[in-house]
Amino acid sequence: MSHRSFLLLCLVPLASFALAFLAIPLVRLVLASGEGAEGWAIYLTILRTPRYLATLGQTLLVSLAVTAAALAVSTTAGLFLARSRFAGRRVLLSILTLPLAFPGVVVGFMIILLGGRQGLVNQLLPGHWVFAYSVTGLFLGYLYFSIPRVLLTVMAAAEKIDPALEEAARTLGAPPWRVMVDVVLPALAPALIAAGAIAFATAMGAFGTAFTLATDIDVLPMVIYTEFTLSANIAMASALSVVLGLVTWALLLLARSLSGGTVAAGG
Amino acid sequence: MRHPTRLIPLAVTLLACAFLLVPIVQSVLAGLTVNYFRGLSSGLTLKWVGEVWGLYASSILLSIWLALACLAVTLVLGVPAAYALARRPGRAARVLEEFISLPLAVPGLALALALLQLYGSYSGFRTSWAFILVGHVLYTLPFMVRSVLAVLAAIDLKTLEEGAATLGAGPARRFVDIVVPNALPGILAGALTVVTLSIGEFNLTWMLHTPYLKTLPVGLADSYASMRLEIASAYTLVFFVMIVPLLVAMQWASARAQRILS
Amino acid sequence: MTLSLSRVAKTFAGGTKALLPTDLTIAPGEILSLLGPSGCGKTTLLRIIAGLEQPDPGARVLFDGEEVTALPVERRRIGMVFQSYALFPNMSVRANIGYGLKMQGLARADIDARVDEVTALCQLQPYASRAVTALSGGQRQRVALARAIAPRPRVLLLDEPLSALDAALRGQLRDELALLLRSFGITAIFVTHDQDEAMAIADRVAVMRAGQVAQIGTPETLYRNPTSGFVARFVGGAMPLRGRVTGDHLHLPGGALRLRPGAAGQQVFVRAEDIRLDPEGPLAARVEAVTFLGTHYRLALSGAAPDLLTALHAGHSAPRPGEAVRLSIAPDALLSLPAEDHA
Repeated sequence: MSHRSFLLLCLVPLASFALAFLAIPLVRLVLASGEGAEGWAIYLTILRTPRYLATLGQTLLVSLAVTAAALAVSTTAGLFLARSRFAGRRVLLSILTLPLAFPGVVVGFMIILLGGRQGLVNQLLPGHWVFAYSVTGLFLGYLYFSIPRVLLTVMAAAEKIDPALEEAARTLGAPPWRVMVDVVLPALAPALIAAGAIAFATAMGAFGTAFTLATDIDVLPMVIYTEFTLSANIAMASALSVVLGLVTWALLLLARSLSGGTVAAGG
Repeated sequence: MRHPTRLIPLAVTLLACAFLLVPIVQSVLAGLTVNYFRGLSSGLTLKWVGEVWGLYASSILLSIWLALACLAVTLVLGVPAAYALARRPGRAARVLEEFISLPLAVPGLALALALLQLYGSYSGFRTSWAFILVGHVLYTLPFMVRSVLAVLAAIDLKTLEEGAATLGAGPARRFVDIVVPNALPGILAGALTVVTLSIGEFNLTWMLHTPYLKTLPVGLADSYASMRLEIASAYTLVFFVMIVPLLVAMQWASARAQRILS
Repeated sequence: MTLSLSRVAKTFAGGTKALLPTDLTIAPGEILSLLGPSGCGKTTLLRIIAGLEQPDPGARVLFDGEEVTALPVERRRIGMVFQSYALFPNMSVRANIGYGLKMQGLARADIDARVDEVTALCQLQPYASRAVTALSGGQRQRVALARAIAPRPRVLLLDEPLSALDAALRGQLRDELALLLRSFGITAIFVTHDQDEAMAIADRVAVMRAGQVAQIGTPETLYRNPTSGFVARFVGGAMPLRGRVTGDHLHLPGGALRLRPGAAGQQVFVRAEDIRLDPEGPLAARVEAVTFLGTHYRLALSGAAPDLLTALHAGHSAPRPGEAVRLSIAPDALLSLPAEDHA
């Protein structure tokens, strides 16, 4: 067997799997979205129905807010941890990466423990402090699982910055804050874009957290879920899935073309 | 020179740590105390963990089984493919790599809907654990492929293979003797990632599971909705005990593979 | 083994002609060096012989008369030493050396015996059980050589085997390698861009340029009777003397030199070791720089020819920079070669 055919053979299992369980199902999903009563006009219906539009807007808004907050928190903490050496540094780092593999449901439960009816904040503070079941809870939940992801990306990038760059800026007379603005942040920019895109994509598609916090928050994944299971409106669930998938994917592509690196989401 | 603004990063770091850690500690304590609302004074107990085992043992075992099966499938599909992608870095290879990475961008819910609509009517498949497995493989496969590909791209695989070829090794032989052993750090990191993610996977699994096939996270969602806080916490504790060592191992293996890359 | 190539050429995707149709025959036990600057096609030719590269249609590669052109590399029974050595990092030194024998399906005991033999031959016993990652550059080079010859290949191919080493080690290993290759008594082809390496190791040298063999012959022939200015310059570093040839004289800015008859219309070259400081000499020059090299001095001279000339001077003292000197060059030391289109 020639090397060429051996390489092709190596790709066959993966390609078959991707065809059967990814390509054809996705095509089926797109087709299903047009099989409802309105046909392909269903996408116009989404644009004309205030509830769907509001949901899409709210999902985008929460995701953007989470992205901004996660970038701010994780860049600050990540740079701090990457550049300082002190006892307990490793412990802090471990704590900050711990939620990396928590599924959305567990994150939701964490937020309930903090801000639920029987949550810590409500018990410690006087008055009524329940925020877990609102958009605030959702925001905190998304932030909870975004912090570790962004932090790891930022720290990896921070460790690759040549210290001589900063030293050169210092010898040229730049004060620390200018070094940060002129040298460090530009060097981190690709990593920040990549990490931001990951946080955004994860927040857009997060279902487990919203599902656990549930009740009265309208975000796209929850609406898709209710359309599918409660209303049995398969066409609408499919159409909304297509929209959600396209928006998320397009944003990741954009982020990648900006950062020049590989951007992937998870969770 | 300790300016107050230099304390801001420390404060932010500590606050973030508190935000992440406090609920974890709460849930661990809640799972181990006799009565969460009366606090630690009510005493520590393993009763709730025991109840969790009674109620959810099958979910926990199913998740372990699924994670191992998922690992086996991603190894078989992913390692040879990563090798082929590393050796033929053409346009078609890039498109395929992009395509199988789609589950990282497209939300799990959408993928689950797609699978349900295509295969939902094949009830034998729909109701088997293999259906959930497909979802898990879909989601974890890109991590395996990328992890192996990164290591293979960092070594001079072409010349190593040419070396083996001049000594008489054919393509399959070279794959076994040269490619796999040298890709091991990437395979290990990928394998731990796959197992960790599979055990925690919820978004796809919630849509794909049946009442008779509940995975650990599905059981978690179930316990959060319907069980008392102590049991939900104890179950979360069980999950932590499983996932945290895996997470630590995964990070260790990834750092090790990373060292090869540099 | 006799190796013969006929009409072997290689055009890469994109149209680059890396190798123009080449014919070459190598006698059993002969050590041939392919010498040339980078990009001359020498490595491509070696890789075609190995089977790592497919030649353009019409080419024939014969091992002892057997056509192997279509045979994949793993079935050609060749041995190859790669520029980067390509030692398998996942295997020990022994396992690397034994790999080719394992591929031949030999019994364990036979493999062990042969590995011991080759390890001893290449003086690798102290390192045999080490990981290849724990070896120095010179040791790696010997492991690569041992691994290539262990399966008793029909031909041994070496692709710049010394270039990964630092300069000091390279000189020492060059002579070691020459001795080892002779002791194997195997047909070998050795690619290098370093003329000293080629001269020290090879029976015959093929000087390559722009995808073609410019001249092939023993080191002495190439040095004494180069057939082109390129070979003269590449082997022995001959310098062009750009001047006007009238009758049997070459007129240069610094004076006129007598030539051997028949040099009309040809380009004249000289080597540094053939330029003499001679108070009675016909050429006037100015010393620009003097470098003391222990056994001799190297002088950079201007004014004699349009280009700067280098001369080797073996006296106990040398002129100082700025001094005016006179030079002589024996007519026999002047190489008259067909004019080249490009310098």
